[in-house]
Amino acid sequence: MTDTVIKLGIRLRRFVDRNGWAWPTALAAVLLSAAFLSLFIGAYPMPWRRPWDILITIISPFPWTDSPVWDLREITVVTLIRPPRVLTAVFSGVALGMSGAALQGMFRNPLVGPDLVGVSSGAAFGGALAYKLALSTGGLMILASAGGIGAMLGVLVLARIVGGKTDGLPLILAGYFVGAFFMAGVGLIMHIGGGNTGPNLVYWLLGTFRGADPTKARIIFLTTLAGGTLLMGLRWRLNLLSLGELDAKSLGLNAGPLRWLLIMTVSVMVAAQVAVSGVVGWVGLIIPHCARMLVGPDHRRLMPVSALLGGLFTLGLDNLTRTVVWSEIPVGVLSGFLGTPFICFLFWKTRAKGWSE
Amino acid sequence: MSEGDFSFIGLGHAYSPEKWIFRNYQSQVTRGQVLALLGPNGSGKTTLLKILLGALTQTEGSVSVSGQIAFVPQLFQVAFDYSALDMVLMGLAKKVGLFSQPAAADEEAALKALERVGLAHMAYRPFHEMSGGQRQLVIFARALVAEADILILDEPTSALDLKNQNAVLKWIDRLARQENLTVIFSTHHPHHAYAVADQALLMLGESDYAAGPVSEVLSETNLWRLYGLPLKRVSFEYEQKAVETLVPVFRPRADEPGI
Repeated sequence: MTDTVIKLGIRLRRFVDRNGWAWPTALAAVLLSAAFLSLFIGAYPMPWRRPWDILITIISPFPWTDSPVWDLREITVVTLIRPPRVLTAVFSGVALGMSGAALQGMFRNPLVGPDLVGVSSGAAFGGALAYKLALSTGGLMILASAGGIGAMLGVLVLARIVGGKTDGLPLILAGYFVGAFFMAGVGLIMHIGGGNTGPNLVYWLLGTFRGADPTKARIIFLTTLAGGTLLMGLRWRLNLLSLGELDAKSLGLNAGPLRWLLIMTVSVMVAAQVAVSGVVGWVGLIIPHCARMLVGPDHRRLMPVSALLGGLFTLGLDNLTRTVVWSEIPVGVLSGFLGTPFICFLFWKTRAKGWSE
Repeated sequence: MSEGDFSFIGLGHAYSPEKWIFRNYQSQVTRGQVLALLGPNGSGKTTLLKILLGALTQTEGSVSVSGQIAFVPQLFQVAFDYSALDMVLMGLAKKVGLFSQPAAADEEAALKALERVGLAHMAYRPFHEMSGGQRQLVIFARALVAEADILILDEPTSALDLKNQNAVLKWIDRLARQENLTVIFSTHHPHHAYAVADQALLMLGESDYAAGPVSEVLSETNLWRLYGLPLKRVSFEYEQKAVETLVPVFRPRADEPGI
């Protein structure tokens, strides 16, 4: 009798797991198709199947057509402009979705996101400094990372001094204050001007995938690949970390070093995202919530679903800005317009239960 | 010292210099025994438990532990809505490699542990939605799956109704006598300690304590000193068995004469 119950339970669990993996599989398929279809849309006017003809000619080992009708500009758009932009949009979203899920898990607070714990602001400050000093993309990346990690450390130190522990309300408030400090720094740089500041900097700060090139695509792809692999490996440990320090310790988990590893990983991923596409707010906060609605709180399933949903979301936003919206509106503005009502909806629906102790 | 033994000697802790919470505390418990910690609010029970767990370093004295400890916190709240099975699975943290996920065999072990506490049918129920007593049992299952030698519980019966208090006490007894675990628990109920514990430690004051077998330590005099309230030890027969327990004599009315 008891064996039957256990076997039934295991079978049910397997069923749930299989269906748990159905979401990531379906989302991955949707994301791949969406990314591919995104190559067909954009501001540059050309016949709708032109990208297909160009791509298939490049990929196919056999001559596809004898008399190509496209010009060099069209080839440039299809190979050097749209693919890096699509990749940058997708991997920026993946990085933000995973970072948000990791931060919310380790700080045991569903109200945490990269933009709420100061990482984005710190990275924006580092990036603005790079604009001011007229540095290359590499320099931008380094300064943005340094800024992101610095801000995160500042937040943790402040939260620990004030609240004695690094979760709950002290963390959110510390993130707000430190973030405001770094944004003041950004304001100062914009005020002083010089270097590459000016409209470029403003547009970048608002968050955009315009100007994505193969270098930027490579930066965000490699950083997200490395960080994402680490987060995927540690995703069950996030369940343990979300129990709190004392309990995690009693389970034999050394929470301290693991937490630091996660913080560094997330900071570098978010900094890379900010370096290539500016501050795209709210994605890291709302995507894990959506993922939790689909597959529940277990980070083993939450992490891949957050990654895919994040990628889909930013790709969708970018496609919107490229096509539907009149004069290319920055992605960060659009994500703000979509993200804030959604978080308000959650605020109302959950009555803020569990958002702060 | 064999696996599951636990002792501390000359134990003291001060959060600021010369402000001792307790000092020179000493007690021991061997495998398969139950130790109860009793003390009024603010006497440092939680501090003592943290030290025993290794989560806080004592100011002086030494703790010797042999074997693995599992901890059951007082009010178990989780930030996310994990299932009971997910919670039990976390007991395998030491077994599962840093970058690995639990395997099917681990899930099976977790389900078996839930089965042992009689909650296999609730394995996929959200932990949030379970009653306080059921949650305690899930955490017991987690300790079982972790193959702990020593179980430390922080006021396991404090938020429960009488029926669930009884269930938890039964489990404490069973974990000690049948599963051969060493159990240490703090409580505000001397009659709970009297019912299941072998040893007791009464935290009477800064460097004043009473430790030893329950029958000696939980005397009317000691309990009067501990709580400032008379507790009577009463014996009677229930279903042809001699029962002995402690009854607090609450006297809320001002006009009643004191003892």
